Parts: sequence; C-alpha cells; structure tokens
Amino acid sequence: MSERATVQFKVNGKSCAAEVEPRTTLADCLRHDLGLTGTHVGCEHGICGACTVILDGAAVRACLMFAVQAEGAQIVTVEGLANGDSLSPLQASFRKHHALQCGFCTPGILTTAHILLSEEPDADENRIREVLSGNICRCTGYVQIVEAVLDARAAYKQKTAASP
Amino acid sequence: MKAPRFEYVRPTRLEDAIGALAKHGSDAKAIAGGQSLVPMLAFRLAAPRLLVDIGRIPGLNQITVGGDGIALGALVRWRDIERSDELRRAHPLLVEAVRHVAHYQIRNRGTVGGSLAHADPAAEMPGIAVTCDAQIVVAGVRGRRTIPAAEFFVAALSTALEPDELIVEVRLPPWPQGRRWAFEEFARRRGDFALAGVALFYDVGADGRAANAHVGAIGVGDVPLRLAAAEAVLERKLLTEPLIREAGAAAAASVNPADDIHAPGEYRRALLGVLTERALARAAGLPLRESA
Amino acid sequence: MTAVRTAYIGQEIERTEDFRFLTGRGTFVDDYEPAGLLHAAILRSSVAHGRIRKIDASAAVKMAGVHAVITAADIGQVIPTIPIRLAPIKGLELYLQPVIATEKVRYVGEPVALVLADTRAIAEDAAAEIELEIEMLAPVPDWRAAETDRALLFEQNGTNVAARYTVNSGDADAAFADADYTRREFFRAHRHTAVPMETRGVVAEWDAASERLIVTGATKVTFFNRRALAAMMQMPENAIDFIEIDVGGGFGVRGEFYPEDFLIPFAARMAKRPVKWIEDRAEHLQAVNHSREIDCELEIACRRDGAILALRGRIHGDMGAYTRTNSGVVPAKAAQFLHGPYRIPAVKFDVMAYMTSKTPIGTYRAPGRFEANFFRERLIDIAARDLNIDPVEFRRKNLIAAAEMPYSIGKLVPYENESAYDSGDYHAALEKCLDTFGWNEKKKLQGRNVDGRYHGLAVTCFVESGGAGPRENVRMILERDGRVTIAIGSSVLGQGLETVFAQIAADALELPFETFQVLHGSTTLLKEGFGTYHSRAVVMGGSAILDGAKNLLSAIQSAASLQFNCRPDEVTIDGGKAKGPDGRMLTFAALAAAAGAVSAEGTFANNKRTFSYGAHAAHVAVDARTGNVAVLDYVAVEDIGRAINPALVHGQSLGAVVQGLGGVFLDHLIYDANAQLLNASLADYLLPTATDFPHVRGVTLELHRSPSNPLGAKGAGEGGMVAVAATAANAVAAALSSFGVQPNELPLSPPRIWQLLRGAAAAR
Repeated sequence: MSERATVQFKVNGKSCAAEVEPRTTLADCLRHDLGLTGTHVGCEHGICGACTVILDGAAVRACLMFAVQAEGAQIVTVEGLANGDSLSPLQASFRKHHALQCGFCTPGILTTAHILLSEEPDADENRIREVLSGNICRCTGYVQIVEAVLDARAAYKQKTAASP
Repeated sequence: MKAPRFEYVRPTRLEDAIGALAKHGSDAKAIAGGQSLVPMLAFRLAAPRLLVDIGRIPGLNQITVGGDGIALGALVRWRDIERSDELRRAHPLLVEAVRHVAHYQIRNRGTVGGSLAHADPAAEMPGIAVTCDAQIVVAGVRGRRTIPAAEFFVAALSTALEPDELIVEVRLPPWPQGRRWAFEEFARRRGDFALAGVALFYDVGADGRAANAHVGAIGVGDVPLRLAAAEAVLERKLLTEPLIREAGAAAAASVNPADDIHAPGEYRRALLGVLTERALARAAGLPLRESA
Repeated sequence: MTAVRTAYIGQEIERTEDFRFLTGRGTFVDDYEPAGLLHAAILRSSVAHGRIRKIDASAAVKMAGVHAVITAADIGQVIPTIPIRLAPIKGLELYLQPVIATEKVRYVGEPVALVLADTRAIAEDAAAEIELEIEMLAPVPDWRAAETDRALLFEQNGTNVAARYTVNSGDADAAFADADYTRREFFRAHRHTAVPMETRGVVAEWDAASERLIVTGATKVTFFNRRALAAMMQMPENAIDFIEIDVGGGFGVRGEFYPEDFLIPFAARMAKRPVKWIEDRAEHLQAVNHSREIDCELEIACRRDGAILALRGRIHGDMGAYTRTNSGVVPAKAAQFLHGPYRIPAVKFDVMAYMTSKTPIGTYRAPGRFEANFFRERLIDIAARDLNIDPVEFRRKNLIAAAEMPYSIGKLVPYENESAYDSGDYHAALEKCLDTFGWNEKKKLQGRNVDGRYHGLAVTCFVESGGAGPRENVRMILERDGRVTIAIGSSVLGQGLETVFAQIAADALELPFETFQVLHGSTTLLKEGFGTYHSRAVVMGGSAILDGAKNLLSAIQSAASLQFNCRPDEVTIDGGKAKGPDGRMLTFAALAAAAGAVSAEGTFANNKRTFSYGAHAAHVAVDARTGNVAVLDYVAVEDIGRAINPALVHGQSLGAVVQGLGGVFLDHLIYDANAQLLNASLADYLLPTATDFPHVRGVTLELHRSPSNPLGAKGAGEGGMVAVAATAANAVAAALSSFGVQPNELPLSPPRIWQLLRGAAAAR
C-alpha cells in the first residue's frame, strides 16, 4: 500500500516496468509511462473502444482497468500487430478497403478484430458487426471497416489451418 | 477524467480481502473486472480510499453444474458463460441473457459478482438472479451467509451486502428438461442498458398447462422485479394468444417505472407489456399478431 | 489551361497516411509530450446562469503537485473575447464569449478557472478543491424563454434576441394570397453535435528568451486562429506558430477558436513552462460547439398541379449562451437552404437568433442544411399527399432543370452576395437514386404492415454548397533528392487529403505519386492559409496545387535553362523530364541534384461556391409497438463534379450518412428546464455503432463539373449528411401514414414515435 507502485508486464513480447499511481489506467500507463501512444483514449469511461488492447488473449478496454491490475499480464497493442515495417493482413485489408479516415479509432478496432478473427476466423458480417459495436468510429459509418475485416478472414483461416 | 487517488491492495486469500474491507469499512471498495466501478471512478461518482482487488483470489471463477443446480463463482466472466457448452444446456436462459451484456470487450472482463454487487436495475444478471430464485452466497468477517436474490437488491445500485462482505458465488436452481423460456430486451443500441427487459420460464405439465411460471423484468423499477401478476395469469393455463396478451397487460400494469432521459416511464411500462408478450410467444412457439 | 494527363486523379489510390495510422505511429496531440510539461484541468460552471460571488483557490494552490490556479483576475483588466470568423450577422457581435467567466456564468461548462499541475489527475484533484460560489439566476432554457426577456443573459444588451432579419426573393406574400393550396407546419431539429473520436487538445510552449509561442494541436483554420490569439495575447502574429499534427476528426466543431485556445497559451506564457490540456469526453460534450437546434415554421404555396409557387417561414435559432466563431452560420444557412434544388418563384424567410443559457452553437457537418432539408422535404411530402400527387412526381415537377443552370436563388444571406447554383442535372441525380434504390420494386411495400413492422419509403432531393473562398495557397518544392514537397494552407482532419493532394500534384507534374510529401495546416509553412471547412479543401487547395504546379514547372524550366544554356521557353517538359533544345534531357531529380531545390508558389482565389446536389432514398420498417425504426436500405447519391479519389469520396458519403442517421435517431444533447445538460457521457449520448445502420449505400456521380474551379470539383464532405433527416423522417411518415402520424420533430427516438402513435390513436 503505497502512493506509487511498480507494475511489470509484457507488452508486445517485451518486458516492461513502470512506476505508477494505483489510479493510473492501463491506457495512460501504456501511453505516457511506456510511450506506446498507438493506443488511443477517446472517452475514458469504457464506451468508445479506442483504447482496446489484447490482455492475456482477450480484447479489453485499457481505460477500464488500472495498470496495477495488469501485473504479470501479456499485452498486445496496435504497435504489436505489424511485422516490423510490413502490415499484417488485417492492416493491409484496412488500407485496401479504405477502412479508416482519421485513424483515431483504428487501433482499438484492429486489436478487437485481430483477436476476433484469431478465435473465430469464420465470423460472419453479423458477428463482426456485433463485436465491433463496442468500438465507435465517427468517420467511416463502419461499412468499409466491416468489408476489410471480412476480407481479412482468409489470412486467419490459413493461419488456423497451418497450426495444429 | 481521472479517478480520484486511492490505495490498492490485491490479496490472494479471501479472508485477507474481507479483512481489508472490514478494516476500512465504507472507505474501501472491492474491484473485480471493474467494468462498472471504473467508469464511476472516472466520473468521480465514487471515491473510495482503498481498492481491494479480488480478481486473483483463487477458486472464485468456477462454473459448477450439478444435480442441485448451477453455481457461478463471483469471478466468472461473461465470456466464460457465453463460451460454456455445458451452461448452454444447463441454463439456456442465463446464457441468452448474458449475450446481451454490454459489448465484447466488457464481456471479456466483467464478472458475475461485480454485476450483482453493482446492482444496476437494468442489468441482465441481477434480472436472471431474481427471475430464477437465485441464492447469493456472501462472505464477511462473521462468516458466510446466503441471501435470496429477492432480498439482495435493495434499491438502484444498492444491495444487502455489508461493507465487509464479498459475493462468493451465485447459485441457480436446477433447470429441468423441457422447460420453456425466453429472454427479450429492448435497448437503444446493442449493448446498451435495456429500456426494459423480460426473462421468463415455465414448465409444461403432463396436461400441457404452464406450471411454475417465473416472469422477471429489468429496467422498469429501481431493482429487478418478479411480476407475480403476470405469473398468476399463466399458472395452470394453456398458452394461447389471448392468454399471452393478458399476461403482457398484467406485466405492464404491475410496474411503475420512473421517467428518465432515455424514456418516459409510461413508455417503459408499455414496452414491458410488448416484450412480455413476445417472450411468451417465443417460449411457447406461438405466432403473435403484431399491430399497434 | 493545358490538358493534363490524368494518371492518378480518379484512381482509388491507397492512402499514404494509412501506414502510420495502422501501425500506431500517428502523432495526435496527446501523443506530443515536450519536456517539462504541466497539465491543465479546467473548472467549469455547473450552473447554467448565475453570478460569480467567490472563487477561492487558496486550498487548491497549496496541494502537492499544483503549480498555479488561473482565474479571470489573473488574465487582466480586460478579458479577451473570441472573435467572429464566419457569418457576421448584425447583433451577434454583442454576445461574444469571454475566454473565461468573469462576473457571470451563462452555461454549464463555461470555464471559470484553470489549474496547472504535474499531472492531469492532480490538476483535477485541485479543481475539485476550488471553492466556487455562484448565485443562481433564472435559467434561459430555450428560445421561447429567451424571447420573453424575463431573465437577461446580457443585461447591458437589454434582450436575449441577438439578431433578426428577413430575406426574400420574389413576392412570397402575393404568391400565398393567390395560391390554390397552402400548408403550414412547425418543425423542430434538436440539439446535437459532431463528437469526433479525438477530443480537443492544445499543447502550448513558451520560449521566454525569444518571446515566441508554439501551439501544437491546431487545425481547421490555423491562420485565423493564430491571428485571433496574437490579438488577445498582444503579441505579433509572427511570434506564434500554430502546428497541425494528426487530427482525429473534426466535422466542423474541432479547430474553431475556443476559450481553451487562449487559456492554455496564456498559461504557458505565465508559467514559462509547456502546458498541455486534453479535453476529456465529459468536458467535450459541454464545451465543444453544439449544433442543429433550430425550430422552423414553414409554409408552402402550390398550384393544384403541384407546382411550387412560394415558400415562407421563420427560423428560430437557439444560439446558446454566446456567439462563437461561426455560430451565425447555423440559422443563416438553415434559412438559405430552405430553397433547395427546386424552382421556387418566391421565398421569404425570417431568421431569429436567441441567446439561451446553454453551450454555444456552432457548425457541425452540413450546418443549417441538415435542418433546412428536413423542414422543406417533410413539408413537400405533406403537400404532395394533400394534393394527391406522387411525392416523386411532385419533386420531378419542381426540380430545377439542367437547362436553367446557373440558377440564382437570390440573396438569402445578409452577409453574402446573391447565390447561384453553378451546374448540374438535378433530375438525373434523382433518377439515379431511384434506380439504384430500386424504387419501383420496393414501392409496393409503401405503408404496408409486414409481421408487425410498417414499411415506409422516401426519396428527397438536395443541393449543397462547398468550396468557400476567398483563397488558398500552396508552396511546392522540388527537393534536391527529387522528391516534391507540397506545403499547403488547407488543414487535414482525417479525410485523406495528404493522398488526394498528392494525386492532383502527381498528375499536374506528371510525376509518380510516391514523389510527393504533403505538409499541411501549420502556420510555419506559408505566409497565409485558409484552412478546411465548408467542404473547401479539395476545391480551393486542390486548385491552388494546379497553380503551384504550373509555376513550379516554369521554375523548373528556368532552372533547366541554366543547365542547358538556353532560354527558358526553349525547355520542354515531358513526363518528369526537362528537355533542352539540343536534345539534352534531365529528370527533375537530376536537375534538382545539379541545380538545387526549385520552389514555386501557387494560389487559387474564388468567391463562387460550388453546388453539389443529389438525392437520398430510404426504406425503413417501424415497429409500431416499440417505436423502433430499422433502416433497411439507404442510398445517397451526390454529383460532386469530379472525384479525385473515388474510394475516399465513397468513404465520406457512407460516413456522413451514418452520422446523419445517428442525428435522426440517436444523438441528442438533452437539457432540463434548468438548462442542465443531462447526458455528458458517451453512455448517455448515443452515437451510432456498427450494429445500428448496416444497410447504407453511396453513389458518387461526376455528371457536371463545377465551372468555377480548374479541377471541376465540388465539395464532397457533407452531401451524405444534408438530406438524411429529410429522408429518414419522410420514410417514417410514409410507414405510419395509415395512422396519420407526422414526425416533424427530431430525434425520432422509439419513445417519440410511440408517443406520436399513441397521440394519433387517441385523436381518432
């Protein structure tokens, strides 16, 4: 029980440590303590989904948990989706389908869609829309986002087929 | 929109968590998934001095299905329920209701215990607990006690929990084969709190008549409600369209929702009647003629 | 003009900006963190209308980590006010907003004090400790209360009615006196706003040694805002840089000058430290411009055959508590666009602007148009039904014909000249919309009850302006490495303009698209820029690029002539190469490597607006028992003259339609009778999500280029929005026609529709 706590977890495969106040959200910790500003904050009360990261294999809102709660977790942020400088199939599909405009909601949508397709590579349009209903986009009207996610399914199916 | 300052502990034993809550009384607050509490902290609607993170206490995340019913540990998450094949058979109404809880990301973190303790009158899990005569097992410094769901919810965002008490599990009675059921809610957008919702089930006797009818409602009072008047309409009756209409009218007549920014109370009342009809029609497998 | 080979214009080029956005490498304002930063939080009024009796920050200032608390007393004797940028309607200038509340507060959310602290959390802790005493005065919750002048927001002005004027064309009263048919209705568009996903933010850095200020997070109209700030801070304009980085959406609200745009730079100068303020979402919903709250009494006069003879009406604009930079646009355009795409011999509109104790009004995508189209198109459907004329036929009969272009609607805005629609085939757009939508096949569902859901169809027509003047500027630099930098005065708020501008330049210079880098918005780039609003960036900025490219080619000819030792006019340019009279040839890259960077400026000046136009169609199904409306199909057709990147235009169209549908069915800033905002959170302010409106389609036409700019482009950002309320509401009305329900008030929430139906049943 102290004013500040040290928290350690893995982000995008790398061990990270930060000294934070208990009230620091995971989103603020990632952004301001660890410099991973790809995770965006759009509402800070758990509605918009811009801050979605993958925590121990599940998409979660990084504004709805405190960094101290993530002690020991494995976290993937938007920065961890690309393979170096080459876009992942999902990212490339977003570019191809013009599934982003201002790009502010995009990190949360990518992390959400990535884990969805990893678990459910056959997700249909209804399922994709249902899952993405937790991510607000003001620019696109979602049509091109859904097209991009649908089109990216093939890459995840291959991955599923390849791994036993 | 930053949370007020608090201290944080993460006990790994239930007794330690209870001890911390007991010591700090109403200055302390338990956090599990945090999906209801953290927004309240962000808006500074709650300002506990201490957060007791119960998220890693072992043994509280079990789903147990047995002859005497179903037990859900307080830390069972919505995603666990959604993904449980066993529960889909053992309690389809629960699984269907949970599918309506908030959004994907929230369902990955939010817990059964958290929802019950938060006690939003429009939330699904409290509604299921009340509809299904659930027993809520809580632990505190004076030991464990079991609170019937009907007595657990005191008012909006207020429960029978003492400051030192934690929800350990919720028990749902067994779900017999052949039970008829439906869940219907109406929300402005998918994942929003319902303007009104109905959870109901009944068993079908050898004579084809409804028995043991349970009709529960969310979003139409300051706690989840059992609608005894609607249940009475159904009891020992064959479900027919006129009977369904009668039950819907009884449901609507038995609530008195308040006006709020999302809807006037009279709308919620009428909506509850419509949803009750639709839920009953679906449960009974009957078509329903719909007109204004 | 020389013919330009179009290799890139018209292509669906993938966006250059996407890589950084997709990999989390964009830089939005909160991503910028200079060393030594202080964080600001703002204490805002929780009272709608009151007199400040006491502000005591002594406890707050003493808290650990708190650097300063700034109130009006720290700003100086005279508190600066925010100037009007657009729509200087006479009277509005008496209601300007001071950058911080002094004696009075006039809306919930008005800044009262600013806290500087080591972290934002501490700043919020301290703001909560400031003792603020406000004597409550009677609130002015709406225009009807304002009109009575019982409680005055500005006592010195003696009234809450800030402006009133009448515009007309032809003799509407005479037309009404003689008409076969007239009908009058009252309509109401509700208060809602843009809500871009990134909230506003400012980082201000003060360099005490050089007395210079850098303001990061600027956008939209950076040069205007810099001028405004310089005046308020009594600094030379050139001592301030406004820097535009990535922006998470604007839609009209972001980038206007708000109180914080003064307070944060002022605080940085006072503290001699960089100061960051990031608006949180609850603040955003109270502080950012609200929009759309217009009531309208509208009356139509027709011949028996459906020919429109005249329109007249009155716009009641609820302006909120202050005039901000562009507040007047909303009621003024709501009046002007009542005319729409129809041949109407006479119109007469009164415009009233009232001050109320709510957040000030400003522009939101399709300002005034969304409202005006709703009012007019609803009335047209009502009139068509009264006259027993098919609503499509009614529109066909009255649409302005292609042969009538350009078509003057007269001077319907007091601060503008006469307006004339520039070009177009309005009938063709309507037919395209009907055809794409499948009107004839769907028509049989009109008004029918299918399994408890009542189906309704509607089609409406619109005209929309874009491309506001006066100018835009660009500098184009052929760099030594052969790349070309485009520095432009237009702002980029997420539309993909880096890509679009590069496409235009690539064609003009006949160079590969990858050659270009686009820098935008920042005041460091150019002497003067005009920014991005009123769907003007491509029209004005794109046209400036054509001029810049022409000038750059001349400069390249000059530079090459030195290399070739010939006259500049002897140098020919072809496909990115300069050729001398002796046959020697240099690629631009080789030329720049040899001769150094070559640069040129370009400008485009124009005061004629572009007028895009089109039609929208909707198919809805209304659950009459819950009042829920499902949008089963929605088609938006717009002729934008020329699409530089069709994929991006399509994205604008679809995004605007869904935003518009949100505005019809979901978005609503709800105030109570005390002018308290009741839903300052995204849990209660409902934005459309992926499950709400999945069936939207957009069709972009390029039938008629704009004659007023060399690209032939028309504004393309708002046409998807303008007719959504009109179309959706008409479809709902059509669905419920058997009940005689007239949805004349937005939003069309399930409870509202249910109440309308119940009212209709009771009336029968």
